[in-house]
Amino acid sequence: MAEIKLTKVVKRYGALGVVHGIDLSIAHNEFVVLVGPSGCGKSTTLRMIAGLEDISDGEIRIGNRVVNGLPPRDRNVSMVFQNYALYPHMNVRENLGFGLGIAKVPAPEIERRVNQAAEILGLQPYMDRLPANLSGGQRQRVAMGRAIVRDPDVFLFDEPLSNLDAKLRGQMRVEIKKLHQRVKTTVVYVTHDQVEAMTLADRIVIMRDGHIEQVGTPAEVFERPVNVFVAGFIGSPPMNLIDAVVTTEGLRPAARLADGVVVPLPAGVSVSEGQRITLGLRPDDITPQGHGMPGTGETLRLEREVALAEPLGTETILFTRLGDKEIQAKMLNPRVVTPGETLPFVVDLARLHVFDAADGRSLKA
Amino acid sequence: MSGRPLTIEKPWQRWLIRLGVFLAMAILCVPGVWVVLTAFRPNVEILARPPVWIPQDPTLNNFLGIFGLLPAQQQGLPVARYFLNSVVISLTSTAVAILLGMMGGYAFARYRFRGKGALFVSFMLSRTVPGVALSLPLFIVWSRIGLLDTSLGLIIVYLAINIPFTVWLTDGFFRQIPVDLSEAAQIDGCTRWQAFWKIEFPLARSGLASAAIFAFLTSWNEYALASQLTRTTASKTMPVGLMDFTAQFTVDWSGMSAMAVLIIIPALLLTFVVQKHLIAGLTFGGVK
Repeated sequence: MAEIKLTKVVKRYGALGVVHGIDLSIAHNEFVVLVGPSGCGKSTTLRMIAGLEDISDGEIRIGNRVVNGLPPRDRNVSMVFQNYALYPHMNVRENLGFGLGIAKVPAPEIERRVNQAAEILGLQPYMDRLPANLSGGQRQRVAMGRAIVRDPDVFLFDEPLSNLDAKLRGQMRVEIKKLHQRVKTTVVYVTHDQVEAMTLADRIVIMRDGHIEQVGTPAEVFERPVNVFVAGFIGSPPMNLIDAVVTTEGLRPAARLADGVVVPLPAGVSVSEGQRITLGLRPDDITPQGHGMPGTGETLRLEREVALAEPLGTETILFTRLGDKEIQAKMLNPRVVTPGETLPFVVDLARLHVFDAADGRSLKA
Repeated sequence: MSGRPLTIEKPWQRWLIRLGVFLAMAILCVPGVWVVLTAFRPNVEILARPPVWIPQDPTLNNFLGIFGLLPAQQQGLPVARYFLNSVVISLTSTAVAILLGMMGGYAFARYRFRGKGALFVSFMLSRTVPGVALSLPLFIVWSRIGLLDTSLGLIIVYLAINIPFTVWLTDGFFRQIPVDLSEAAQIDGCTRWQAFWKIEFPLARSGLASAAIFAFLTSWNEYALASQLTRTTASKTMPVGLMDFTAQFTVDWSGMSAMAVLIIIPALLLTFVVQKHLIAGLTFGGVK
């Protein structure tokens, strides 16, 4: 059993704080992705779990042990590095077996486990090659193989796919997911790519400036972002964020945009008249009439002129204006749209997000 | 010839360049070649005017002479003893300089500590002082503490010369090895010490080999300080021994050249042996 528990974990370099007292519990065999922009402390957090960085304050537990003072070798974790960190003077077989050799595992057992890992990852044809003679994807697989042969309690991944080209990244993402299904282990995975986070994670931890902004399943952080930062970070194309002021339309609160458009707010939003807010509208929820998903309820119709169309095949991203912002809308089952064309757009009001303009917090219940 | 395609088209241009290269190489090599040739000449030929370039009557007598193996000649010089002194002093100072310098270089490359920059600069500054300038103070100190005319005395001096340079050189090599490799090894179960010996040390081997060549050649060829700090066969090294061939009014060029050849050979051999370890780019491929 290897659950991980971080309690008020702090990392300081001299006077400079990098991680400011984060709390996080990771369940046994859970796949958790730490995601955030560069400098948010996600890699530092991972390295503290690995034992490669000292913990300035707080406590980290792996299983039922406090590991604060333990060196990496005593934590039974394995790690896949961003640049693979294969030993350049050893061939694939030696790279895979290195950790077992250090642990004084008998040679036949090392061979068995190395071969098993090689089989899982399809590395058999390359066993006698040096890392220099492998492609990026092969190196990546060796790095993962080196991690799994030791049968660790915890797998740590530090941006493992960021050195690969887009196509290979997609393939390796699938392989990592399959690997986790096959070799059930607790995984902590760091990335700045929200697509990786969404596709791989059981739970996503979104970090910014050394704080945890939100922890939740991919669906939770996508559907119910707790603040503007999470809302803007998760989802592609990103959520449109439009400044507005609360007004009253009939008997219910609404948002008045800079261009005079009044948007009724969904039920359950706690706002007061005159409050400055930020409206969040995903491109999926503003679509040309007849080119969207079936609405879930109340809608708003808007005539808008399209400035630019980006055809992606199954869908087209339309650029138009709303409030004082250029926004993106999604067109499913697309037809050709010429710039300058005016289309009737449908906004799904139930899926509107509302944030306080001052502190960015979500005002939706 | 491989490499970049040359833009020289005309044959006469090519020949001009070859001539230039030949002249440059001649200026560089002629003194050395002359010494080697002279080592195999009889005295008549050495002193001949105009000079005889190609030895007409090659002989090994000069070598036999310095070892005192020629019945007709004067007693030989303690060349074997000088050679032994040189070997002991050079190898010891090289080995210790590499060991300590490697540790220093690793520390500079991997650790942050107070005064690191200043310390590093001061190491470099120590190289700016010409060694000879220290010969008198060294002489006085060494004579007081009884290190004059001892191998140990000379070894300490050469360590002082070689360690800063080794630190500087190995620091650069360790810097080129990504920290991730050591970290990966520690995650794989190594102690920091094991990670160093099993991963970083093998990868830095080519750098350490070059540092070793430099340190060895510095000690092996050093003359100025050794001539001040050594007196007898107890510690005289080969380069100092060369001066035994100068008398008040004459110089025994034949013996001196023969001994010079004996100095050159081990240095040349070592350079060739170590050269094969100087494979660059070994770290490529381990990390992106």
